[in-house]
Amino acid sequence: MTAIVNVFLKEGVLDPQGKAAHHALDSLGFEGVEDVRIGKQIVLQLSTDDKAKAEAEVKEMCETLLANTVIEDYTIEIK
Amino acid sequence: MKVAVLRFPGTNCEFDTQYAFEKLGHTTELVWHENDTLPENIDLVVVPGGFSYGDYLRSGSIARFSPVMKAVSAYAKNGGKVLGICNGFQILTEAGLLPGALKRNNNLHFISKHQTLRVENNDNAFLNQCEKGEVLNIPIAHADGNYYIDDEGLAKLEANGQVLLRYCDAEGNRVVVNGSVTSIAGVCNETKNVFGLMPHPERALEAILGSEDGIKMLKGFES
Repeated sequence: MTAIVNVFLKEGVLDPQGKAAHHALDSLGFEGVEDVRIGKQIVLQLSTDDKAKAEAEVKEMCETLLANTVIEDYTIEIK
Repeated sequence: MKVAVLRFPGTNCEFDTQYAFEKLGHTTELVWHENDTLPENIDLVVVPGGFSYGDYLRSGSIARFSPVMKAVSAYAKNGGKVLGICNGFQILTEAGLLPGALKRNNNLHFISKHQTLRVENNDNAFLNQCEKGEVLNIPIAHADGNYYIDDEGLAKLEANGQVLLRYCDAEGNRVVVNGSVTSIAGVCNETKNVFGLMPHPERALEAILGSEDGIKMLKGFES
């Protein structure tokens, strides 16, 4: 199975990279961009076929290492 | 005083840190990250600056799982004194030994310069040789020094005197250097035995190099 983890800075935590990209889009003339957030995507190949087990394990990986929950939120998608 | 200085793959301030404490008359011992124990009879553990594990994933996030960090956690929980400088500060926040987190500087630049800092609290084992409100001149060199803590956490830090240092101008007025919440440059834990700061006191020991203010900071641990 494949697990796709997206990690983003929490709402309310200023994202300096997103802000810089937003400014750049504005100066390039792209209109109507209200907000830009930049995160990271972590793709894991898992040996298990058990979706529930995979989800539980990846959640633990996120809490332990992949995200810093003081400043970051994460989402998990299992395929 | 006997000082243990940790070394991870990518640490690069361990020799400066040894030099600093030895210049002040102390003995030091380097401790490789794979060790699961600390040397006996030590008075202080220093987690020095650098780029442990290449700053991959997040600064400090991988180093915190090194075997030696389990020993450091146990040492700190027993009241042992721990100082994290720059990447060491990042490692200690990732390990949960210090509150908050350090994220990318708000201007996205690596900032390397001398910076004035205001001493916010001196009733602790680190800054007791400094005056409250005193302005110190100490170098900074970091890309991920933007300290974040939520409002509730900040209120606790303030109430308990855990904010150690803030970035300021020569007169002591707060300045924005890297986007840190209320310009925080260093904090300690609730029991005031674990300390972390982004600036490098070990690089400020000689007037010829721009400042001697690091001496009185590091000497605090002697008392």
